[in-house]
Amino acid sequence: MNIVVVGLSHKTAPVEIREKVAFEPDAIAASLEDLHALSAVSEAMIVSTCNRVELYAATTDPQQACTELKRYMAQSHGISADVLYEHLYSYACQEAVRHVLRVTSSLDSMVVGEPQILGQMKTAYGYACEHKSAGLVLNRFMHKAFSVAKRVRTETAIANSAVSISYAAVELARKIFDSLESKTVMLVGAGEMCELAAKHFVRCGVSKVLVTNRTFSRAEKLAETFGGVAVNFANFREQLHRVDILLSSTGSPDYVLHAADLKAACKLRRYQPMFLIDIAVPRDIDPAANKIDSIYLYDVDDLQGVVQANLKERQKEAIKAEQIIDEEVERFHDWLSNLTVRPTIVALRKQLEEVRQKELQKTLSNLGTLNEHQRKALDAMSSAIVNKILHHPTRLLKQLDCDDDKLRYLDAVQVLFDLSLQAPSDDAEKLPEN
Amino acid sequence: MVPVNLLFAATTLTYLVASLLYLTAMIGKREEAGRLGRWVLLLGIVLHAAVFAVRHSMVEGTPVTSLHESLSFFAWCLVLLFLLLDLRFRLSVMGAFAAPSALCLMIFSALSPDVVVPLSPVLRTWLFPVHISFAFLGNAAFALAFGAGVMYLIQDRMLKSKRFNRIYRMLPSIDVLDRVNYTCLSVGFPFMTLGIISGAVWANMAWGSYWSWDPKETWALITWFLYAGLLHGRLTSGWRGRRAAFFSIVAFMFLLFTFLGVSLFFDGYHTFEAFSMP
Repeated sequence: MNIVVVGLSHKTAPVEIREKVAFEPDAIAASLEDLHALSAVSEAMIVSTCNRVELYAATTDPQQACTELKRYMAQSHGISADVLYEHLYSYACQEAVRHVLRVTSSLDSMVVGEPQILGQMKTAYGYACEHKSAGLVLNRFMHKAFSVAKRVRTETAIANSAVSISYAAVELARKIFDSLESKTVMLVGAGEMCELAAKHFVRCGVSKVLVTNRTFSRAEKLAETFGGVAVNFANFREQLHRVDILLSSTGSPDYVLHAADLKAACKLRRYQPMFLIDIAVPRDIDPAANKIDSIYLYDVDDLQGVVQANLKERQKEAIKAEQIIDEEVERFHDWLSNLTVRPTIVALRKQLEEVRQKELQKTLSNLGTLNEHQRKALDAMSSAIVNKILHHPTRLLKQLDCDDDKLRYLDAVQVLFDLSLQAPSDDAEKLPEN
Repeated sequence: MVPVNLLFAATTLTYLVASLLYLTAMIGKREEAGRLGRWVLLLGIVLHAAVFAVRHSMVEGTPVTSLHESLSFFAWCLVLLFLLLDLRFRLSVMGAFAAPSALCLMIFSALSPDVVVPLSPVLRTWLFPVHISFAFLGNAAFALAFGAGVMYLIQDRMLKSKRFNRIYRMLPSIDVLDRVNYTCLSVGFPFMTLGIISGAVWANMAWGSYWSWDPKETWALITWFLYAGLLHGRLTSGWRGRRAAFFSIVAFMFLLFTFLGVSLFFDGYHTFEAFSMP
């Protein structure tokens, strides 16, 4: 049994193609049924997000399955094969396992380490469970993928740093003020980015929000959404000393805040640090303010610098993550490739033979002096017992022809007898089965 | 009885292990290493106390007279105060400063001549241990303030110049570093004050005069004024952040000179015993 993947992503296909092949949630049930009906496909799953559309299948004939999946992808969306195929990638066996583990761990994402993909994979797997298109192999495989994603998340710092400007502002604030609780944020002007950053700050526990705008009614409206207070633009500078974090994005061509305003505010607030974020272009705050001791002024480029540094950091962590993936691919592959009849029977026999030999030796040494004949009799008897016990299971395993049943029994035998070739220890979190 | 050298070596070893753990915690961002480091330091401080207990029975008095013993006692006070500070702040970066500092003090201590000298009569008073305990606890607190101050300046530099490198990631917020700096100063200052007062009382009992402008006294007074000025600035004029951090570093330089320089370069009551031996 093998895994195959056919699909396309933001790396191989432009959005015009991606949107054409996307599977709507309503259509997934029917599509899963279609996939399951393909001759080479024993289990199937569909992942469809805005950045990728992928079909996963468990199969005994990877090549045939790949062809069928590709054809299905083109047919089901009415796209000519010539156009679609140049954007498609397909992986089989170990490569497919690696690909899915990387996707789930967010190593293949546009923003490496972003957390949404794990949820999307869980949803996709949920559909497959609900519509019974996932069987033993995909079940085990996806649980493996989820636990690997968790491992990557906890063992590397891949998702620890901010990669958007508005989050970068929050992250910086945490290096200035230890805790954001009991801090006051002021919004000057009403840029979209400002609002977003303010939302992050509020979510991170900032206690008070002040909003000012040339148009007072807009300030009032925005203040309402944050449960804050609107301040008159004419005299917002008088409130500066109460502000710990200031977000500015007015459309003003000149500086709205001069270094002198800020210097005065600093004195009033007894030199407690102030974090100023100037998102406006042209800038709102005199850059000279950064020279004041207790003021930390950041403009858009500076925040972009934080994001760049963090992305670089994520790339470094991604290397560690790849090592984890390598290990896990190996382990899963071992389990999968041993999920066939012969090795299982061989391992089972070996296991029981070992037990028999051990017990036989123990008995022989306990009984003391025995003649050759007696020894042989004991040996033959224990052999016969093992063979008799194994007779029926062996025959059953060999006779099973339904693939799904066979895998189930093989897996059960391996687990029950703790055969050394058995499944990777699976610490996957329990998932809702729909 | 366990030989004192063995105990000393074991203590040094625990400080080494704790240093490595705290550095791992800071550089590798592994908080659990920091938690382990705390327990190792706790073990170290107990072993270290045993060193002093044994020495105490050897000289039948307070065993802090030579440079060897002074440095070792300094290390003990430093670790003790760090562990207390840690109860409140839980900063493994401070551990990454305190534990290696203690380790260095132990190494310098081991390198200084270790001569067990019977206590001279003037040191056989209950005021001696009181005096040195206050003085060294003050030193240790100021050392921690110094560490926090250095880290503050570095992190402040990173934030101002917008460099988001490894060091920026390792260090905590400037706010917390400033609070640590302040806490250490406000703990160290009363200790230092009591150290000076107890010294004066003792001087009066031994020589009939509270103050005789012995070099150590003079320098200690200068240092005391520096710290008093710094605390005053923090409390009344809102000194904080960069200025306070910088000041606490300078003041600590004076303190180091008072502690080591004066005893090594000048003659006076505070000359280490081992050096005054013929």
